[in-house]
Amino acid sequence: MAGDMNSKELLKEISIPLLAILSSFIIGTLIVIASGYDPIATYGALLQGAFGGLNSIADTLLAATPLIFTGLTVAFAYRCGLFNIGGEGQLLVGGLTAAWIGTFKGVPMIIHLPLTLLAAMVAGALWVAIPAILKAKLGVHEVITTIMFNYISYSLVAYFSLKVLAKPGSIQTPDIEPSAYLWRFSNVLDMYSYLNIGFLIGLIVLFVIYYLLWKTTIGYEIRAVGISPDAAEYGGISAARNIILAMLISGALAGLGGAERAMGLFHNYRNGFSAEYGFTGIAVALLGRNHPLGIFLAALLFGALSNGQDYMNMLAGVPVDLVTILQAVIILFVAADLLFRRVLALKPEGRKGE
Amino acid sequence: MEIFQQIFNLETFSSTLRMAIPLMVAAIGGMFSERSGVVNIALEGMMLAGAFIAVVVSYFTGSAWLGLLGAVFFGGVFALIHALVSIRYHADQVVSGVALNLLAAGGTVFLLNILFNTSGTSPSVTALPYWGPFKPTVYLGLLIVLISHYILFFTPFGLRVRAVGEHPHAADSVGIDVEKIRYVCVILSGMLAGFAGAHLSIGVLSVFREGMTAGRGFIALAALIFGKWYPFGAMGASLLFGFFQAIEIRLQGIEAIGIPAEFIQMIPYILTVIALAGVIGRATPPAASGEPFEKGKR
Amino acid sequence: MDAVLEMKNITKEFPGVLANDNVNLDLRKGEIHALVGENGAGKSTLMSVLFGIYQPTKGKILYKGEELRIGGPNDAIDLGIGMVHQHFMLVHTLTVAENIVLGSEPSNGRGRLTLSKAIDKIKSLSDEYGLDVDPNAKVKDIPVGMQQRVEILKALYRDAEILILDEPTAVLTPQEVKGLYKIMNTLTEQGKSIIFITHKLKEVLTVSDRITVLRKGKSIGTVNTAETSETELAEMMVGRKVILKVEKKPAKFGATKVEVKNLKASNARGMLALDNVSFEIREGEILGVAGVEGNGQTELVEVLTGLRAANSGVFKLEGQNLLNETARKIKEAKIAHVPEDRHKHGLVLDYSIEDNLILGYHYKQPFAKGLNLDFNSMAEHADRLIPEYDIRPRNKEILARSLSGGNQQKIIIAREFDMGPEFLIASQPTRGVDIGAIEFIHKRIIEQRDQGKAVLLVSAELSEIMSLSDRIAVMYEGRIVDILDAKEATEEKLGLLMAGSTIRSSEG
Repeated sequence: MAGDMNSKELLKEISIPLLAILSSFIIGTLIVIASGYDPIATYGALLQGAFGGLNSIADTLLAATPLIFTGLTVAFAYRCGLFNIGGEGQLLVGGLTAAWIGTFKGVPMIIHLPLTLLAAMVAGALWVAIPAILKAKLGVHEVITTIMFNYISYSLVAYFSLKVLAKPGSIQTPDIEPSAYLWRFSNVLDMYSYLNIGFLIGLIVLFVIYYLLWKTTIGYEIRAVGISPDAAEYGGISAARNIILAMLISGALAGLGGAERAMGLFHNYRNGFSAEYGFTGIAVALLGRNHPLGIFLAALLFGALSNGQDYMNMLAGVPVDLVTILQAVIILFVAADLLFRRVLALKPEGRKGE
Repeated sequence: MEIFQQIFNLETFSSTLRMAIPLMVAAIGGMFSERSGVVNIALEGMMLAGAFIAVVVSYFTGSAWLGLLGAVFFGGVFALIHALVSIRYHADQVVSGVALNLLAAGGTVFLLNILFNTSGTSPSVTALPYWGPFKPTVYLGLLIVLISHYILFFTPFGLRVRAVGEHPHAADSVGIDVEKIRYVCVILSGMLAGFAGAHLSIGVLSVFREGMTAGRGFIALAALIFGKWYPFGAMGASLLFGFFQAIEIRLQGIEAIGIPAEFIQMIPYILTVIALAGVIGRATPPAASGEPFEKGKR
Repeated sequence: MDAVLEMKNITKEFPGVLANDNVNLDLRKGEIHALVGENGAGKSTLMSVLFGIYQPTKGKILYKGEELRIGGPNDAIDLGIGMVHQHFMLVHTLTVAENIVLGSEPSNGRGRLTLSKAIDKIKSLSDEYGLDVDPNAKVKDIPVGMQQRVEILKALYRDAEILILDEPTAVLTPQEVKGLYKIMNTLTEQGKSIIFITHKLKEVLTVSDRITVLRKGKSIGTVNTAETSETELAEMMVGRKVILKVEKKPAKFGATKVEVKNLKASNARGMLALDNVSFEIREGEILGVAGVEGNGQTELVEVLTGLRAANSGVFKLEGQNLLNETARKIKEAKIAHVPEDRHKHGLVLDYSIEDNLILGYHYKQPFAKGLNLDFNSMAEHADRLIPEYDIRPRNKEILARSLSGGNQQKIIIAREFDMGPEFLIASQPTRGVDIGAIEFIHKRIIEQRDQGKAVLLVSAELSEIMSLSDRIAVMYEGRIVDILDAKEATEEKLGLLMAGSTIRSSEG
C-alpha cells in the first residue's frame, strides 16, 4: 500500500510517530508513578482490556472504527492543503441523519441500507459546504469556520434529536428499523461486542481513499493543489474547485463515521453520541502521517487505548483520563517533530523556496 | 410585553455581565496571542485548567484570592507549552491548540480523581467574596479590558505586538525580538484565560465540574473575531454573546415565543461566520497569525 | 574625497555557491554610488554582508577608516547604515509615524508611547529632504511611492549616514522615479551617501556619481558615471560571453500562426503592465522578447498562458481566439509553456519526475483512462523522456525537489516539448542552468522552430535572445518599443531600446 514512497522515506515517515508514541508513554509512566500507581500493572491492564480475548479485540476494533473515518476526514482535506477541524460536527450531523432516515418504515434493506449511508455522507458533506466555499472563493481560513460549525452543530443536533425526533422525556431518538442495521459479528460469533460490518466498510473506505488519492486523476489534482496551488493552476488545475471537492469528500467521510455509530452501534441517536471522535481524528491523521495505512494503525492504537482504559481503571485504579492525556502528549510530540529532528540531528525537511 | 419584561430587566443585565466576563477576559487573552501572530484555539483548555487550579489552590489554602492568583499563574505555565511547541518548534499552532484542549480536559479530570477521588465535581471550596452586587472578577475583568486597550495602543510594547503579528520581518529588521514578543503574548493569553476560568469556578460557583467551561473558550474566540481583534470590540461581542447566554437561562420566556434555546446558542457562531464572510464588514485576522517566524525568510 | 565605507575583498561562500568573490566597493561621502549587475550577480549578498545579515567568508569592512565587524542589522543601524528594502519592511496597519519609531519607540517616564515629539522630528525631516510624508496616515492608505519615502525616513530618523536603496525604482511610476531622483540628490547635498542598487542602465547614468559593476559574484570594476556609456556598462554587466554557437539553419517561414493585437493587462498591484502589445509570429519563427526585467514580460507570458486575465485585446493561434481562456483550454490548443519560475509554477516539487512529466496532461489519454491514472503509459512516458532529455538521475521515482536546477528545467522542457506544441512559449528557459544543459535546451528550441512551430522566447540574457531569435521585440514599460530583424540587431541597438529610447530618436 505504501508503494508511493521508497524505503528510506518510509523509515523517515515512521520514525517520528514511533518516537512520539514512545516519548508519550514515558511521560505517561512518570505520571502514573507520580500519582502512586504501578506502571506495569497499569499498562498490563490496558493491554489486557484492549486485546485480552476475542470480545476485547472486537471492542478495540469497534472503538477504532469511527477513528478510521474521522482520521481520513482530516487527512483527506490535509492532502489538499486544508485543515478540516470540523469532523466532530460533520460526524454528528451525519449520525443524526442516519438515525432519522433509518427509522423510515417499510423500505427494503437493499434500498434502506445504502440510502441511509448515503444520506449520512451527504449530510456530512453539506455541513462543511459553507466553510469550503468561503475558503475557495474568499480565502476565509477553514480552521475558524469549521470550529464555528462544530458548535452550531452541537445545538442544532441537540434540538432535532431531543425536541423533534425523540419522544418527550427521552434522551435518545427512536430506534432505527432493522432494514437499516449494519450487520453485527455477534450474530455469528460468540461475543457481546457490537462490532459490526461498519468496520469492514472502514477498511474498504481506507482503500478507496488510497486509490482515489494516488491512482486517479482526481487525487493527482487534489494533491497537486495541496502541495503547490500555483503549480496546479499552471497545469490547468483549478485550486478553488479542488478545495471544495476535497472538503466535501472530507465531510462525507465524517458523515459516514456517524452513520456507523447510528446504524451499527447504537441503532439510534443519543446524548454522548460521539466520544470526541472528530478531535481524536486529528491525532489519528497526524500520527498516521495522513496516509491510509498509517491512519489504520493509528486508529487501532487509539481504539485500543480507549477500549483498554476501563479495564485499566478497574484493575490498576488509574483514572481513565490518563488515556486522554496520552493522546494529547502524542499530538504535541508529533506536531513538534522539529524537536526530534533536532535531537536526532536529522536535517529538517526541505521547505518551499529552497 | 410580559416576555419583553422577562428578557430585559435588571437581573438579565447583571447575569449578562456575569456571563460576559469570562468570554471577555479570555478573548482579550486570545487577542494578545493572535495580535502577536500565534493562533490560540486552546483558550478553552487554558480556561479549564485555570478553573481547576483555582479550586485546588483555594481548597488547600482556604484562600480564594490565592486560588485566583494560582489560576493566573498556572494558566501562564500551561500556555508556555503552546508557546514552546509553536514558537520554538514551529509546530502547527492549530494542532498544538487541539492537543492542549485535550490535555486540559484529560488532565483536570485525572487530577480530580487523584486529589479528590471523584470524577464529576470537586468538593466545595471558598469562593471569592461579593463586592457589592458582583464578584471581584467582574470589576477586574472590566479593568483588564481597559488596561489591555491601553497596552495595545498606547505603549511601545503594544506597538511591537501589533507589528510582530502583521509583519514579523519588518519588526525583525528594526531589531525587535519577534520570538520574545510572541512568548510574552502567548503566556499572557494563558494567564488571562486562567483568570477567566477562575471566574467560573470560584467566582460564579465554588466548585470545579468536569468540562465546566463548556465551549466558552470557543465563544471567546468567536467574540475575538466578531470584535475584529480589538479590546473594546471583544468586550462588545462578549456582552452580546453573554446576553444570549443570559436569556437562554431565562428559557421559559423565550420558548414561549417559539424560539428554542438551541437556536439562541448558535447565534454567536453564526454571527462569527457571517463576519468572516464579510457580510457585515470583513473580519480580517492579523496578517502573520498562524505562521512560524523564520529569520531570513519571507 | 574620503571614503566613508570600504568593503575590501569580500568573499561570501554558501554551500556550493560562491555568491561574492573578492568584491571591492568604496563609498565616498556625499555620493550616489550605483551597484549594478544582472540578477544573481551578487548585489543582494553584498548588501546583506554590509547590513550584517551574513558574515563574510573573507574580506573586511572599513567604516570611516576603521575596520569593524557588523554582527547584525542592529549593529549596522547603530553605525548609521540604513537599508530601504526592495520589499518594504512596513506594517500596513500602523501609521507612518508608528512604523518609523518601531524598534526605538519614545515613551514618557510611565511607559506611555509618546509620538508627538517623533512626529515633529518626522515632519522636519520630511520638510528638510522634500519627502512630503503625512506621519499620521496609515501605511495601507498611502501610495507606493510615499511608502518608499517612509522607508527612507525610517533610516533618516535613526540618523543614517549611508542609505542603501535596493531596486528602489522597481515599484515606481516614471513620475515617482523623477521625484526619487530629486530626493536622492537632496540627501547627498546634505552629506548623506547612497548605495543605489539597480539593473536599469538608464537610471544609473542619470542619477549616480560612480558605478560599480558586479558580474557572477565578482566586481568587474568601478567607473565614473561621467566617463562611461551605456554600451560600456552593458558590456561590463553582461560580459563578452563566449556566444554559445547555436547551429541554426536558415529560417523557413510559413503563414502567420500567432496573432497578438492591442493587448492590455494589469499587474498584481493593479497597475497597467501591458500597454497595447501587438506582434505576430509565423510558422518556423522564433520571436525573442528582450527587455530589462519587470517591463511587462512576465505579464505578457501569463496572459498568453491563461494565468492572468487581460483587460482587452486579441490573442489568436491559427485563427482560434484564445484570449482569457483557462490554462487548460490553452494547453489543449497546443500551446506549451516553459515558465519563468520553475519552482513556483513549472513543477510540483514534491511530486516524482514521473508525476511531473504529466502535469497539465494528466487528465486525458494516454495518461488517464476515465478517472484512473494509467501507470503503464505514465511509466513508458517517463522511461522514454528521461533518457531523451537527459534528465539525471535516471530514476523516475525521485522527487523533483531533490534534482539540480538544470535537471528540473529538463523535466519541464521534456514535458512541454513532447506534447507536440504548435506554439511554444519559453520564459527564461536557461536561467540557473549549467552550460551543458543550456546548449541542450537551445538545440531543442531550434528543433521546434525547424519543425515549423511558432516560438516566443522571453529572456533576460541578451546573448540568448540574439543567438536564437529570428526577430527580436524589445519591451519597455509594458510596450513593445520596436521589433528588429535579428540580423540587424546589435547589443548597442538593443541596449538603447531596452533603456527606453527608440532607434529613430537616438539617431536623430
